[in-house]
Amino acid sequence: MPLILSIALTHVGGRFRQSIVSVLGVMLGVGFSIAMAALMEGSQRDFIATLVDAIPHVEVTDDRREAAPPPAATVFDAVNVIGARPDDDTRGLRNPVRLKAMLDTWLPGDMAASLSGQAVLRYGGKDVAVALTGVDPAAHLRVSNIGDDMQSGAFMDLAADLNGLIIGDGVADKIGASVGDTVAVSTSSGAVRRLKVIGLFHTGVTQADDATGYTVLKTAQVLFSRPNAINRLSIRLDDVNSARAVAQRVERMTGYRATSWQEANESLMEVLMVRNIIMYTVVGAILLVAGFGIFTIVSTIVHEKARDIAILKSLGFDQADIRRIFLMEGLFIGIVGSVLGSALGYGLSVFLGSLTFEVKTNVELTSLPMHYSAWHYAIACGFALFSAGIAGYLPARRAAQLNPVDIIRGAS
Amino acid sequence: MSLSAEPETRTRSDAGAGAATGGPPLIEARGLTRILPGLIPVTLVRDIDLVIEAGEFVAITGPSGSGKSSLLYLLGLLDSPTSGEVLINGQPTHLHSEARRARERLSTLGFVFQFHFLLPEFSVVENVMIPMRKLGRLSVAEMRARAVGILSELGLEDHVGKLPIQLSGGQRQRVAVARALANDPPVILADEPTGSLDSASSEQVFKTLRHLVDDHGKTVIAVTHDLDLAARMDRRLHLVDGMLADP
Repeated sequence: MPLILSIALTHVGGRFRQSIVSVLGVMLGVGFSIAMAALMEGSQRDFIATLVDAIPHVEVTDDRREAAPPPAATVFDAVNVIGARPDDDTRGLRNPVRLKAMLDTWLPGDMAASLSGQAVLRYGGKDVAVALTGVDPAAHLRVSNIGDDMQSGAFMDLAADLNGLIIGDGVADKIGASVGDTVAVSTSSGAVRRLKVIGLFHTGVTQADDATGYTVLKTAQVLFSRPNAINRLSIRLDDVNSARAVAQRVERMTGYRATSWQEANESLMEVLMVRNIIMYTVVGAILLVAGFGIFTIVSTIVHEKARDIAILKSLGFDQADIRRIFLMEGLFIGIVGSVLGSALGYGLSVFLGSLTFEVKTNVELTSLPMHYSAWHYAIACGFALFSAGIAGYLPARRAAQLNPVDIIRGAS
Repeated sequence: MSLSAEPETRTRSDAGAGAATGGPPLIEARGLTRILPGLIPVTLVRDIDLVIEAGEFVAITGPSGSGKSSLLYLLGLLDSPTSGEVLINGQPTHLHSEARRARERLSTLGFVFQFHFLLPEFSVVENVMIPMRKLGRLSVAEMRARAVGILSELGLEDHVGKLPIQLSGGQRQRVAVARALANDPPVILADEPTGSLDSASSEQVFKTLRHLVDDHGKTVIAVTHDLDLAARMDRRLHLVDGMLADP
């Protein structure tokens, strides 16, 4: 074993109890930060996965980022056009067949056209407003996990029934309808049709379960009085993280607003980011406190070992050697604490992951979602070692600067 | 096993060989002054000029506070002079970096203090091996063999595995001498090496130092307040108020 390391270990071993307390401080800090990071990232990933599953990765709608200029402004070379009316724009995505063909050439994923609008379901004297979406069931199943969320009936049953309706279980509860019942569906265009409930779904997202319904595209076009029209293209990508780039490209090509799932949930993403910042701040504070423990013990050793420092210097150790000895003491405590803390963190993560809860909020959790990542260990151990390094370096620097003559005179 | 890495068979008549051969003296002080800064500066040593040749056994004597130990620390590069310089083998040292001075102490100078200052957690042989391990020229087996050899020559062969706390004061001081000899330095600097020992142990330590000079050609510079002991050394430097004076 190198001489400097053996001296450092002898010092730490000489203050066994205090060293153990310092190691425990680092171990608990590292362990809890790893478990906390696993829990936070696990819940974040679970939340995003649920969210991404429930919504399209990119949604192209029939509006634009900026309102189109009035025709007069484009025809006349005028500085300002006053009182010109904007063009009467027909709602919906124009020429959907051509649009789909254009995107099909490069889009890395699937897409499904739909027509959405507000409708009111009436059953047994109860009304409930829903977002009714007319879909091509086969295409829609390729861009959505709704098929997995069916509680009764199958989503593909829509394809065989033009008067079929699939609603969220929350909607069914509100109006007291169940599979097989016929509900009256009315829209703002004045159209009313009686559709038969052929299926119920439960996504776990209350907003969707309590206010969403599906029918076939043709029926929706009739209900909204917009024959052959669609107002939404839902895109499911092979890589969810490419959604922003794909949305930008679609928007550049078509002029229609294309919203990625990240943009649609921007505020949520910000909340998650703030949550992560808070978490790492707390973890940092814990490890900083552990660093104080190391600082205390290394300072105590420096004080106690002043004579040894003097004699080592007289034997030919220079300042850098002395500094290394005490820095190594701090790092040794940090390394042992980090190793034990990593084991503790893993154990805690496994334990927390094994717990099950029955919680019903916006998204159901049956157990704590843990995410295991080497980064959590690297960050926690890295911060612990950095903290230990600083905590060891400060007294080590003081030790290196001690004048051996002063110590020897004092001892004499 | 010898105390020297390359056994020498020098006698006292070889003392001053450097001067005799016209080479530079082993240690030379020129105008050495050390003043402790502060509100009221304290002069420890002032204008010291001296030459110590290889193979000399030199006593530094003087009343308490006369600057004996301060002079020893300056000669041993453990402290830096306020003015003046120390030359070792003719090489000025006042411009050396801290690390270079440490290297010089490691290979050229061996210290023995009034208190043994052994590292309490290390065994006797491990204490002696510390300077060798720092220098790093020998294998572990060679270091251990050399350390055991030095300890044996100093009559400590039965104590190599013990901790310092298990030894008597005289034995500890001899272990400190053994440690000072570990890297076979030509110069041993001893600060009151017998100051904390009883007369029997003092005699034992003195004989050890004498043996180093006579049989191994070492240069020993020892601070002592014991005038009888000083009289038995080859030369005496007497300090009064930080300056050399006639004994």
